[in-house]
Amino acid sequence: MAAVFSLDNVTKVYRNDGKEFSALKGISLDIEEGEIFGIIGMSGAGKSTLVRTLNRLEDVSSGKVSFYDQDLAQLKAPELRKVRRQIAMIFQSFNLLGQRTVLSNVLQPLRIAGIKGREAKEKALEMLEVVGLEDKKNQFPSRLSGGQRQRVAIARALASNPKVLLCDEATSALDPKMTGEILDLLKEINKTRKLTIVIITHEMSVIEKICDKVAIIDEGNLAETGEVKEVFRSPKSAAAKKLVFPSNPYDPSKPESRLIRVAFDGLAASRPFIAELVEKTGRKVNILSANTKSVGGIGYGQMVLELPESKADQDVIINFFTESGLSISEVVR
Amino acid sequence: MSDYIIEAIRTGILETLAMTFFSSIFAYLFGLPLGILLYATSKGKILENTPVNFVLGLIVNIGRSLPFLILLVLLIPFTRFVVGSSIGTTASIVPLTIGAIPIVARMVESSLSEVQPGIIEAAVSMGASPIYVIIHFILPEATPSLLLGAAINIATILGYSAMAGVIGGGGLGAIALQYGYYRYQKDVLWTTVTILVIMVMLIQGVGNKIAVKVRK
Repeated sequence: MAAVFSLDNVTKVYRNDGKEFSALKGISLDIEEGEIFGIIGMSGAGKSTLVRTLNRLEDVSSGKVSFYDQDLAQLKAPELRKVRRQIAMIFQSFNLLGQRTVLSNVLQPLRIAGIKGREAKEKALEMLEVVGLEDKKNQFPSRLSGGQRQRVAIARALASNPKVLLCDEATSALDPKMTGEILDLLKEINKTRKLTIVIITHEMSVIEKICDKVAIIDEGNLAETGEVKEVFRSPKSAAAKKLVFPSNPYDPSKPESRLIRVAFDGLAASRPFIAELVEKTGRKVNILSANTKSVGGIGYGQMVLELPESKADQDVIINFFTESGLSISEVVR
Repeated sequence: MSDYIIEAIRTGILETLAMTFFSSIFAYLFGLPLGILLYATSKGKILENTPVNFVLGLIVNIGRSLPFLILLVLLIPFTRFVVGSSIGTTASIVPLTIGAIPIVARMVESSLSEVQPGIIEAAVSMGASPIYVIIHFILPEATPSLLLGAAINIATILGYSAMAGVIGGGGLGAIALQYGYYRYQKDVLWTTVTILVIMVMLIQGVGNKIAVKVRK
Protein backbone atom coordinates (compact mmCIF):
# COMPACT_ATOMS: atom_id res chain seq x y z
CA MET A 1 0.00 0.00 0.00
CA ALA A 2 1.20 3.45 -0.88
CA ALA A 3 1.61 6.13 1.74
CA VAL A 4 -0.84 8.98 1.18
CA PHE A 5 0.86 11.13 3.75
CA SER A 6 4.33 10.71 5.08
CA LEU A 7 5.44 12.94 7.94
CA ASP A 8 9.11 13.11 8.76
CA ASN A 9 10.15 14.76 12.01
CA VAL A 10 7.62 17.57 11.66
CA THR A 11 7.84 20.48 14.07
CA LYS A 12 5.81 23.64 14.38
CA VAL A 13 6.82 26.60 16.49
CA TYR A 14 4.58 29.62 16.96
CA ARG A 15 6.12 32.93 17.86
CA ASN A 16 3.91 35.36 19.67
CA ASP A 17 5.08 38.53 21.39
CA GLY A 18 8.63 37.17 21.45
CA LYS A 19 7.46 34.00 23.22
CA GLU A 20 7.91 30.67 21.50
CA PHE A 21 5.43 27.85 21.66
CA SER A 22 6.12 24.41 20.23
CA ALA A 23 2.86 22.97 18.94
CA LEU A 24 4.50 19.96 17.27
CA LYS A 25 7.76 18.49 18.49
CA GLY A 26 9.07 16.13 15.85
CA ILE A 27 6.23 13.97 14.56
CA SER A 28 6.90 11.13 12.14
CA LEU A 29 4.15 8.90 10.83
CA ASP A 30 2.72 7.37 7.66
CA ILE A 31 -0.91 7.33 6.62
CA GLU A 32 -1.65 4.65 4.08
CA GLU A 33 -4.13 4.43 1.25
CA GLY A 34 -7.61 3.27 2.11
CA GLU A 35 -7.30 3.40 5.87
CA ILE A 36 -9.19 5.43 8.42
CA PHE A 37 -6.48 7.01 10.49
CA GLY A 38 -7.41 8.56 13.81
CA ILE A 39 -5.39 11.27 15.53
CA ILE A 40 -6.42 11.73 19.12
CA GLY A 41 -5.25 13.96 21.90
CA MET A 42 -6.43 16.28 24.63
CA SER A 43 -7.34 19.79 23.57
CA GLY A 44 -4.17 21.79 23.02
CA ALA A 45 -2.17 18.66 22.24
CA GLY A 46 -1.40 19.91 18.74
CA LYS A 47 -3.67 17.64 16.73
CA SER A 48 -5.47 20.47 14.91
CA THR A 49 -2.13 21.98 13.96
CA LEU A 50 -0.97 18.54 12.81
CA VAL A 51 -3.94 18.02 10.48
CA ARG A 52 -3.44 21.51 9.03
CA THR A 53 0.09 20.65 8.02
CA LEU A 54 -1.36 17.88 5.82
CA ASN A 55 -2.86 20.40 3.36
CA ARG A 56 -0.43 23.17 4.26
CA LEU A 57 -2.99 25.40 5.89
CA GLU A 58 -0.10 25.54 8.34
CA ASP A 59 3.51 25.61 7.18
CA VAL A 60 5.85 23.38 9.15
CA SER A 61 8.81 24.92 10.99
CA SER A 62 11.04 21.98 10.16
CA GLY A 63 10.70 18.44 8.90
CA LYS A 64 8.79 17.27 5.87
CA VAL A 65 5.18 16.52 4.98
CA SER A 66 4.80 14.49 1.78
CA PHE A 67 1.57 13.79 -0.08
CA TYR A 68 2.14 10.82 -2.43
CA ASP A 69 5.89 11.52 -2.24
CA GLN A 70 5.67 15.21 -3.12
CA ASP A 71 7.06 17.51 -0.47
CA LEU A 72 4.24 20.02 0.20
CA ALA A 73 6.70 22.74 1.23
CA GLN A 74 8.29 22.66 -2.25
CA LEU A 75 5.03 23.43 -4.07
CA LYS A 76 4.40 26.86 -5.59
CA ALA A 77 1.02 28.48 -4.89
CA PRO A 78 -0.79 27.25 -8.06
CA GLU A 79 0.58 23.70 -7.64
CA LEU A 80 -0.40 23.72 -3.98
CA ARG A 81 -3.95 24.72 -4.94
CA LYS A 82 -4.12 21.76 -7.33
CA VAL A 83 -2.91 19.40 -4.61
CA ARG A 84 -5.41 20.83 -2.12
CA ARG A 85 -8.23 19.87 -4.48
CA GLN A 86 -7.29 16.25 -3.82
CA ILE A 87 -7.29 16.75 -0.05
CA ALA A 88 -10.82 17.56 1.10
CA MET A 89 -11.52 18.76 4.62
CA ILE A 90 -14.52 18.96 6.92
CA PHE A 91 -14.70 20.95 10.13
CA GLN A 92 -16.28 21.06 13.57
CA SER A 93 -18.21 24.21 12.66
CA PHE A 94 -19.15 22.87 9.19
CA ASN A 95 -18.05 26.13 7.52
CA LEU A 96 -20.81 26.19 4.92
CA LEU A 97 -21.70 29.38 3.11
CA GLY A 98 -24.77 30.62 4.95
CA GLN A 99 -25.85 32.85 2.08
CA ARG A 100 -25.86 30.01 -0.46
CA THR A 101 -28.16 27.04 -0.94
CA VAL A 102 -27.10 23.51 -0.15
CA LEU A 103 -26.63 22.75 -3.84
CA SER A 104 -24.59 25.90 -4.41
CA ASN A 105 -22.37 24.97 -1.46
CA VAL A 106 -21.70 21.53 -2.93
CA LEU A 107 -20.95 23.12 -6.31
CA GLN A 108 -18.13 25.29 -4.89
CA PRO A 109 -15.22 22.83 -5.12
CA LEU A 110 -16.34 21.87 -8.64
CA ARG A 111 -16.35 25.51 -9.72
CA ILE A 112 -12.91 25.96 -8.19
CA ALA A 113 -11.70 22.97 -10.21
CA GLY A 114 -13.13 24.60 -13.34
CA ILE A 115 -16.05 22.19 -13.80
CA LYS A 116 -19.18 24.05 -14.84
CA GLY A 117 -22.75 23.71 -16.06
CA ARG A 118 -24.67 20.47 -16.21
CA GLU A 119 -21.72 18.25 -15.47
CA ALA A 120 -21.09 20.09 -12.21
CA LYS A 121 -24.74 20.06 -11.23
CA GLU A 122 -25.11 16.35 -11.88
CA LYS A 123 -22.03 15.61 -9.82
CA ALA A 124 -23.24 17.80 -6.95
CA LEU A 125 -26.65 16.13 -6.94
CA GLU A 126 -24.99 12.72 -6.97
CA MET A 127 -22.99 13.69 -3.88
CA LEU A 128 -26.11 14.95 -2.11
CA GLU A 129 -27.66 11.57 -2.85
CA VAL A 130 -24.66 9.83 -1.25
CA VAL A 131 -25.29 11.75 1.98
CA GLY A 132 -29.05 11.39 1.69
CA LEU A 133 -29.95 15.06 1.34
CA GLU A 134 -30.99 15.44 -2.30
CA ASP A 135 -34.40 16.74 -1.17
CA LYS A 136 -32.73 19.64 0.71
CA LYS A 137 -30.82 20.97 -2.29
CA ASN A 138 -32.61 24.33 -2.39
CA GLN A 139 -32.59 24.91 1.37
CA PHE A 140 -30.20 27.26 3.11
CA PRO A 141 -27.85 25.78 5.72
CA SER A 142 -29.47 27.78 8.53
CA ARG A 143 -32.60 25.63 8.05
CA LEU A 144 -30.72 22.37 8.58
CA SER A 145 -29.76 20.50 11.76
CA GLY A 146 -26.10 20.13 12.75
CA GLY A 147 -25.96 16.57 11.46
CA GLN A 148 -27.48 17.61 8.14
CA ARG A 149 -25.03 20.49 7.83
CA GLN A 150 -22.14 18.12 8.34
CA ARG A 151 -23.63 15.84 5.66
CA VAL A 152 -23.69 18.79 3.26
CA ALA A 153 -20.08 19.50 4.18
CA ILE A 154 -19.23 15.85 3.43
CA ALA A 155 -21.03 16.05 0.08
CA ARG A 156 -19.11 19.24 -0.68
CA ALA A 157 -15.83 17.58 0.32
CA LEU A 158 -16.47 14.55 -1.90
CA ALA A 159 -17.61 16.52 -4.94
CA SER A 160 -14.13 17.12 -6.33
CA ASN A 161 -13.19 13.40 -6.10
CA PRO A 162 -10.50 13.87 -3.45
CA LYS A 163 -7.96 11.18 -2.62
CA VAL A 164 -8.24 11.83 1.08
CA LEU A 165 -10.69 13.40 3.50
CA LEU A 166 -9.46 15.26 6.59
CA CYS A 167 -11.98 15.52 9.42
CA ASP A 168 -11.15 18.14 12.04
CA GLU A 169 -13.31 17.34 15.08
CA ALA A 170 -16.11 16.78 12.59
CA THR A 171 -18.48 15.25 15.13
CA SER A 172 -17.59 17.31 18.20
CA ALA A 173 -20.47 19.74 17.74
CA LEU A 174 -23.01 16.95 17.29
CA ASP A 175 -25.08 14.93 19.74
CA PRO A 176 -24.26 11.20 20.18
CA LYS A 177 -26.95 10.00 17.76
CA MET A 178 -25.87 12.34 14.97
CA THR A 179 -22.23 11.55 15.71
CA GLY A 180 -23.03 7.87 15.17
CA GLU A 181 -24.79 8.61 11.89
CA ILE A 182 -21.94 10.74 10.56
CA LEU A 183 -19.37 8.11 11.56
CA ASP A 184 -21.39 5.37 9.84
CA LEU A 185 -21.53 7.53 6.73
CA LEU A 186 -17.75 8.10 6.81
CA LYS A 187 -17.15 4.37 7.24
CA GLU A 188 -19.42 3.62 4.31
CA ILE A 189 -17.69 6.20 2.11
CA ASN A 190 -14.32 4.75 3.10
CA LYS A 191 -15.47 1.29 2.02
CA THR A 192 -17.39 2.10 -1.15
CA ARG A 193 -15.15 4.83 -2.52
CA LYS A 194 -11.82 3.55 -1.15
CA LEU A 195 -11.30 6.98 0.32
CA THR A 196 -8.51 7.49 2.83
CA ILE A 197 -9.84 9.33 5.87
CA VAL A 198 -7.91 11.15 8.57
CA ILE A 199 -9.92 11.87 11.70
CA ILE A 200 -8.93 14.33 14.37
CA THR A 201 -10.81 13.91 17.62
CA HIS A 202 -10.57 14.12 21.37
CA GLU A 203 -13.14 11.36 21.83
CA MET A 204 -11.92 7.78 22.16
CA SER A 205 -15.37 6.54 21.16
CA VAL A 206 -14.86 7.98 17.65
CA ILE A 207 -11.56 6.10 17.28
CA GLU A 208 -13.11 2.89 18.61
CA LYS A 209 -16.00 3.06 16.24
CA ILE A 210 -14.37 3.54 12.86
CA CYS A 211 -10.60 3.92 12.87
CA ASP A 212 -8.14 1.29 11.65
CA LYS A 213 -5.07 3.00 13.01
CA VAL A 214 -4.56 5.62 15.65
CA ALA A 215 -1.89 8.11 16.59
CA ILE A 216 -1.95 9.56 20.08
CA ILE A 217 -0.65 13.09 20.32
CA ASP A 218 0.42 14.40 23.69
CA GLU A 219 1.80 17.92 24.16
CA GLY A 220 3.09 18.06 20.61
CA ASN A 221 4.69 14.61 20.73
CA LEU A 222 3.59 11.41 19.09
CA ALA A 223 3.02 9.30 22.21
CA GLU A 224 1.99 6.11 20.45
CA THR A 225 0.77 4.90 17.10
CA GLY A 226 -0.48 1.59 15.76
CA GLU A 227 -3.50 -0.55 14.98
CA VAL A 228 -6.47 0.55 17.06
CA LYS A 229 -6.95 -3.03 18.34
CA GLU A 230 -3.35 -3.17 19.51
CA VAL A 231 -3.43 0.16 21.25
CA PHE A 232 -6.64 -0.82 22.99
CA ARG A 233 -5.33 -4.19 24.06
CA SER A 234 -2.02 -3.00 25.40
CA PRO A 235 -1.55 0.76 25.51
CA LYS A 236 2.11 1.50 26.19
CA SER A 237 2.40 5.23 26.75
CA ALA A 238 0.92 7.10 29.69
CA ALA A 239 -1.12 9.24 27.31
CA ALA A 240 -2.60 6.16 25.65
CA LYS A 241 -3.44 4.54 29.00
CA LYS A 242 -5.17 7.70 30.10
CA LEU A 243 -7.34 7.64 26.98
CA VAL A 244 -8.04 3.91 26.90
CA PHE A 245 -8.70 3.29 30.58
CA PRO A 246 -11.51 4.98 32.41
CA SER A 247 -10.31 7.55 34.84
CA ASN A 248 -12.82 6.86 37.62
CA PRO A 249 -11.06 6.08 40.93
CA TYR A 250 -11.10 2.48 42.07
CA ASP A 251 -12.27 1.63 45.51
CA PRO A 252 -10.39 -1.44 46.81
CA SER A 253 -11.33 -2.93 50.20
CA LYS A 254 -7.80 -2.18 51.49
CA PRO A 255 -5.89 0.84 50.25
CA GLU A 256 -2.60 -1.09 49.88
CA SER A 257 -3.92 -4.19 48.06
CA ARG A 258 -2.53 -5.15 44.67
CA LEU A 259 -4.65 -4.27 41.61
CA ILE A 260 -4.30 -5.77 38.15
CA ARG A 261 -5.92 -4.88 34.88
CA VAL A 262 -7.02 -7.77 32.68
CA ALA A 263 -7.61 -6.96 29.02
CA PHE A 264 -9.35 -9.36 26.70
CA ASP A 265 -10.68 -9.31 23.18
CA GLY A 266 -12.39 -11.42 20.53
CA LEU A 267 -13.30 -14.88 21.80
CA ALA A 268 -12.04 -14.23 25.30
CA ALA A 269 -14.65 -11.51 25.69
CA SER A 270 -17.40 -14.10 25.56
CA ARG A 271 -15.81 -16.46 28.08
CA PRO A 272 -16.95 -16.40 31.71
CA PHE A 273 -13.38 -16.49 32.93
CA ILE A 274 -13.94 -15.10 36.42
CA ALA A 275 -16.28 -18.01 37.07
CA GLU A 276 -13.65 -20.34 35.59
CA LEU A 277 -11.03 -18.83 37.88
CA VAL A 278 -13.12 -19.60 40.94
CA GLU A 279 -14.03 -23.10 39.73
CA LYS A 280 -10.49 -24.13 38.73
CA THR A 281 -8.33 -22.43 41.33
CA GLY A 282 -10.71 -21.73 44.18
CA ARG A 283 -9.22 -18.21 44.49
CA LYS A 284 -11.50 -15.18 44.58
CA VAL A 285 -10.97 -11.69 43.25
CA ASN A 286 -12.82 -8.44 43.83
CA ILE A 287 -14.00 -6.77 40.60
CA LEU A 288 -13.47 -3.01 40.91
CA SER A 289 -14.35 -2.00 37.37
CA ALA A 290 -15.22 -3.73 34.15
CA ASN A 291 -16.40 -2.81 30.72
CA THR A 292 -16.65 -4.20 27.25
CA LYS A 293 -17.05 -2.43 23.98
CA SER A 294 -16.89 -3.16 20.32
CA VAL A 295 -13.78 -1.85 18.60
CA GLY A 296 -13.86 -2.33 14.85
CA GLY A 297 -16.41 -5.12 15.22
CA ILE A 298 -14.32 -7.05 17.76
CA GLY A 299 -15.38 -7.34 21.37
CA TYR A 300 -12.86 -5.69 23.62
CA GLY A 301 -13.00 -5.55 27.38
CA GLN A 302 -11.03 -4.83 30.46
CA MET A 303 -11.40 -5.37 34.15
CA VAL A 304 -9.64 -4.03 37.16
CA LEU A 305 -9.36 -6.69 39.87
CA GLU A 306 -8.31 -6.49 43.49
CA LEU A 307 -6.19 -9.52 44.36
CA PRO A 308 -6.15 -11.34 47.70
CA GLU A 309 -3.38 -10.48 50.17
CA SER A 310 -1.36 -13.69 50.00
CA LYS A 311 1.48 -13.62 47.46
CA ALA A 312 0.93 -17.33 46.63
CA ASP A 313 -2.75 -16.72 45.84
CA GLN A 314 -1.80 -13.75 43.66
CA ASP A 315 0.63 -15.91 41.65
CA VAL A 316 -1.98 -18.59 41.10
CA ILE A 317 -4.48 -16.06 39.82
CA ILE A 318 -2.00 -14.31 37.53
CA ASN A 319 -0.87 -17.68 36.19
CA PHE A 320 -4.43 -18.61 35.41
CA PHE A 321 -5.02 -15.44 33.41
CA THR A 322 -1.74 -15.63 31.48
CA GLU A 323 -2.35 -19.25 30.60
CA SER A 324 -5.83 -18.33 29.36
CA GLY A 325 -4.14 -15.92 26.93
CA LEU A 326 -5.25 -12.70 28.56
CA SER A 327 -2.93 -9.75 28.92
CA ILE A 328 -2.33 -8.41 32.36
CA SER A 329 -0.86 -5.21 33.69
CA GLU A 330 -0.34 -3.75 37.13
CA VAL A 331 -2.51 -0.82 38.05
CA VAL A 332 -0.33 1.85 39.50
CA ARG A 333 -2.12 4.17 41.85
CA MET B 1 -44.47 80.14 1.69
CA SER B 2 -44.57 81.68 -1.71
CA ASP B 3 -44.83 79.67 -4.89
CA TYR B 4 -41.27 80.22 -5.99
CA ILE B 5 -39.94 78.83 -2.72
CA ILE B 6 -42.11 75.74 -3.05
CA GLU B 7 -40.77 75.37 -6.59
CA ALA B 8 -37.21 75.82 -5.26
CA ILE B 9 -37.77 73.13 -2.62
CA ARG B 10 -39.12 70.78 -5.30
CA THR B 11 -35.97 71.31 -7.39
CA GLY B 12 -33.88 71.04 -4.25
CA ILE B 13 -35.29 67.60 -3.47
CA LEU B 14 -34.36 66.36 -6.94
CA GLU B 15 -30.90 67.91 -6.71
CA THR B 16 -30.29 66.34 -3.29
CA LEU B 17 -31.41 62.96 -4.57
CA ALA B 18 -29.17 63.29 -7.63
CA MET B 19 -26.14 64.32 -5.55
CA THR B 20 -26.69 61.52 -3.05
CA PHE B 21 -27.31 58.94 -5.75
CA PHE B 22 -24.30 59.70 -7.93
CA SER B 23 -21.93 60.38 -5.03
CA SER B 24 -22.91 57.07 -3.44
CA ILE B 25 -22.31 55.18 -6.67
CA PHE B 26 -18.92 56.79 -7.25
CA ALA B 27 -17.97 56.42 -3.58
CA TYR B 28 -18.68 52.67 -3.75
CA LEU B 29 -16.93 52.36 -7.09
CA PHE B 30 -13.71 53.38 -5.34
CA GLY B 31 -14.52 52.64 -1.70
CA LEU B 32 -15.55 49.00 -2.16
CA PRO B 33 -12.26 47.86 -3.74
CA LEU B 34 -10.34 49.99 -1.24
CA GLY B 35 -12.25 48.39 1.64
CA ILE B 36 -11.59 44.92 0.24
CA LEU B 37 -7.87 45.73 -0.02
CA LEU B 38 -7.81 47.13 3.53
CA TYR B 39 -9.42 43.93 4.76
CA ALA B 40 -7.43 41.44 2.68
CA THR B 41 -4.02 42.96 3.42
CA SER B 42 -4.52 43.21 7.18
CA LYS B 43 -2.72 40.86 9.57
CA GLY B 44 -3.65 37.22 9.31
CA LYS B 45 -5.88 37.76 6.29
CA ILE B 46 -5.72 36.16 2.90
CA LEU B 47 -3.42 38.71 1.19
CA GLU B 48 -1.57 39.88 4.32
CA ASN B 49 0.74 42.74 3.38
CA THR B 50 1.72 45.05 6.21
CA PRO B 51 3.28 47.92 4.18
CA VAL B 52 0.33 48.15 1.76
CA ASN B 53 -2.12 47.92 4.62
CA PHE B 54 -0.29 50.66 6.54
CA VAL B 55 -0.24 53.09 3.60
CA LEU B 56 -3.89 52.49 2.70
CA GLY B 57 -4.91 52.77 6.34
CA LEU B 58 -3.03 56.04 6.67
CA ILE B 59 -4.70 57.56 3.60
CA VAL B 60 -8.13 56.45 4.75
CA ASN B 61 -7.60 57.79 8.25
CA ILE B 62 -6.43 61.18 6.95
CA GLY B 63 -9.45 61.32 4.66
CA ARG B 64 -11.77 60.49 7.51
CA SER B 65 -10.32 62.89 10.01
CA LEU B 66 -10.53 65.97 7.74
CA PRO B 67 -13.74 67.87 8.55
CA PHE B 68 -15.98 67.65 5.51
CA LEU B 69 -16.36 71.42 5.26
CA ILE B 70 -12.56 71.83 5.06
CA LEU B 71 -12.40 69.08 2.44
CA LEU B 72 -15.03 70.94 0.40
CA VAL B 73 -12.91 74.06 0.31
CA LEU B 74 -9.60 72.23 -0.25
CA LEU B 75 -11.04 70.36 -3.20
CA ILE B 76 -12.34 73.43 -5.09
CA PRO B 77 -9.40 73.50 -7.56
CA PHE B 78 -9.65 69.75 -8.11
CA THR B 79 -13.41 69.97 -8.67
CA ARG B 80 -12.92 72.77 -11.17
CA PHE B 81 -10.37 70.61 -12.97
CA VAL B 82 -12.70 67.58 -13.10
CA VAL B 83 -16.07 69.13 -13.98
CA GLY B 84 -15.04 72.58 -15.17
CA SER B 85 -16.84 74.41 -12.38
CA SER B 86 -16.79 74.45 -8.61
CA ILE B 87 -20.41 75.40 -7.98
CA GLY B 88 -23.68 73.61 -8.59
CA THR B 89 -25.05 70.14 -8.14
CA THR B 90 -22.67 68.37 -10.51
CA ALA B 91 -19.66 70.05 -8.96
CA SER B 92 -20.59 69.02 -5.44
CA ILE B 93 -20.61 65.35 -6.44
CA VAL B 94 -16.80 65.49 -6.61
CA PRO B 95 -16.07 66.46 -2.98
CA LEU B 96 -18.96 64.32 -1.77
CA THR B 97 -17.47 61.29 -3.49
CA ILE B 98 -13.95 61.99 -2.23
CA GLY B 99 -15.21 62.59 1.30
CA ALA B 100 -17.29 59.40 1.28
CA ILE B 101 -14.67 57.01 -0.14
CA PRO B 102 -12.75 56.51 3.13
CA ILE B 103 -15.98 56.15 5.09
CA VAL B 104 -17.23 53.53 2.64
CA ALA B 105 -13.87 51.74 2.71
CA ARG B 106 -13.87 51.41 6.51
CA MET B 107 -17.48 50.24 6.53
CA VAL B 108 -16.72 47.61 3.88
CA GLU B 109 -13.64 46.49 5.80
CA SER B 110 -15.66 46.06 8.98
CA SER B 111 -18.41 44.10 7.19
CA LEU B 112 -15.88 41.73 5.63
CA SER B 113 -14.17 41.20 9.00
CA GLU B 114 -17.41 39.69 10.30
CA VAL B 115 -17.09 36.71 7.95
CA GLN B 116 -16.17 33.60 9.96
CA PRO B 117 -12.50 32.64 9.53
CA GLY B 118 -13.62 29.01 9.19
CA ILE B 119 -15.39 29.72 5.92
CA ILE B 120 -12.23 31.23 4.48
CA GLU B 121 -10.20 28.28 5.77
CA ALA B 122 -12.65 25.90 4.07
CA ALA B 123 -12.33 27.82 0.81
CA VAL B 124 -8.53 27.76 0.96
CA SER B 125 -8.58 24.03 1.75
CA MET B 126 -10.61 23.51 -1.44
CA GLY B 127 -7.76 24.97 -3.44
CA ALA B 128 -9.30 28.36 -4.18
CA SER B 129 -7.06 31.31 -5.06
CA PRO B 130 -7.19 34.41 -2.84
CA ILE B 131 -9.15 36.38 -5.46
CA TYR B 132 -11.62 33.52 -5.82
CA VAL B 133 -12.03 33.32 -2.04
CA ILE B 134 -12.80 37.05 -1.87
CA ILE B 135 -15.29 37.04 -4.75
CA HIS B 136 -17.07 33.75 -4.14
CA PHE B 137 -16.82 33.25 -0.39
CA ILE B 138 -16.15 36.46 1.53
CA LEU B 139 -18.30 38.93 -0.45
CA PRO B 140 -21.43 36.71 -0.64
CA GLU B 141 -21.19 35.91 3.08
CA ALA B 142 -20.81 39.60 3.93
CA THR B 143 -23.63 40.80 1.65
CA PRO B 144 -26.30 41.45 4.33
CA SER B 145 -23.79 43.37 6.42
CA LEU B 146 -22.53 45.28 3.34
CA LEU B 147 -26.11 46.34 2.55
CA LEU B 148 -26.70 47.60 6.08
CA GLY B 149 -23.44 49.53 5.85
CA ALA B 150 -24.54 50.97 2.51
CA ALA B 151 -27.77 52.32 4.06
CA ILE B 152 -25.75 54.06 6.77
CA ASN B 153 -23.25 55.43 4.24
CA ILE B 154 -25.92 56.75 1.86
CA ALA B 155 -27.64 58.53 4.75
CA THR B 156 -24.28 60.06 5.71
CA ILE B 157 -23.69 61.21 2.12
CA LEU B 158 -27.16 62.75 2.11
CA GLY B 159 -26.24 64.68 5.25
CA TYR B 160 -22.96 65.81 3.68
CA SER B 161 -24.80 66.92 0.53
CA ALA B 162 -26.68 69.45 2.62
CA MET B 163 -23.35 70.89 3.72
CA ALA B 164 -22.29 71.32 0.11
CA GLY B 165 -24.81 74.17 -0.01
CA VAL B 166 -22.30 76.30 1.86
CA ILE B 167 -19.88 76.46 -1.06
CA GLY B 168 -22.50 76.87 -3.74
CA GLY B 169 -23.70 73.32 -4.20
CA GLY B 170 -27.42 72.92 -4.88
CA GLY B 171 -30.03 70.89 -3.11
CA LEU B 172 -32.07 71.22 0.05
CA GLY B 173 -29.03 72.21 2.09
CA ALA B 174 -28.51 75.31 -0.04
CA ILE B 175 -32.18 76.27 0.30
CA ALA B 176 -32.15 75.81 4.06
CA LEU B 177 -29.05 77.98 4.27
CA GLN B 178 -30.11 80.76 1.88
CA TYR B 179 -33.75 81.18 2.76
CA GLY B 180 -33.97 79.63 6.18
CA TYR B 181 -30.77 80.87 7.75
CA TYR B 182 -29.64 84.05 5.94
CA ARG B 183 -33.20 85.39 5.46
CA TYR B 184 -34.62 84.13 8.74
CA GLN B 185 -37.42 82.23 7.00
CA LYS B 186 -38.03 79.70 9.76
CA ASP B 187 -40.80 77.90 7.84
CA VAL B 188 -38.44 77.19 4.94
CA LEU B 189 -35.75 76.04 7.35
CA TRP B 190 -38.02 73.60 9.14
CA THR B 191 -39.61 72.33 5.92
CA THR B 192 -36.26 71.47 4.36
CA VAL B 193 -34.97 69.94 7.58
CA THR B 194 -38.12 67.81 7.86
CA ILE B 195 -37.73 66.63 4.27
CA LEU B 196 -34.09 65.70 4.93
CA VAL B 197 -35.09 63.75 8.06
CA ILE B 198 -37.75 61.86 6.10
CA MET B 199 -35.24 61.06 3.36
CA VAL B 200 -32.71 59.67 5.84
CA MET B 201 -35.41 57.57 7.51
CA LEU B 202 -36.54 56.20 4.16
CA ILE B 203 -33.01 55.24 3.14
CA GLN B 204 -32.32 53.55 6.47
CA GLY B 205 -35.68 51.79 6.49
CA VAL B 206 -35.34 50.46 2.95
CA GLY B 207 -31.72 49.42 3.64
CA ASN B 208 -32.73 47.47 6.76
CA LYS B 209 -35.59 45.79 4.92
CA ILE B 210 -33.36 44.64 2.08
CA ALA B 211 -30.65 43.43 4.45
CA VAL B 212 -33.14 41.36 6.44
CA LYS B 213 -34.66 39.93 3.28
CA VAL B 214 -31.27 38.97 1.87
CA ARG B 215 -29.96 37.37 5.09
CA LYS B 216 -30.57 33.61 4.96
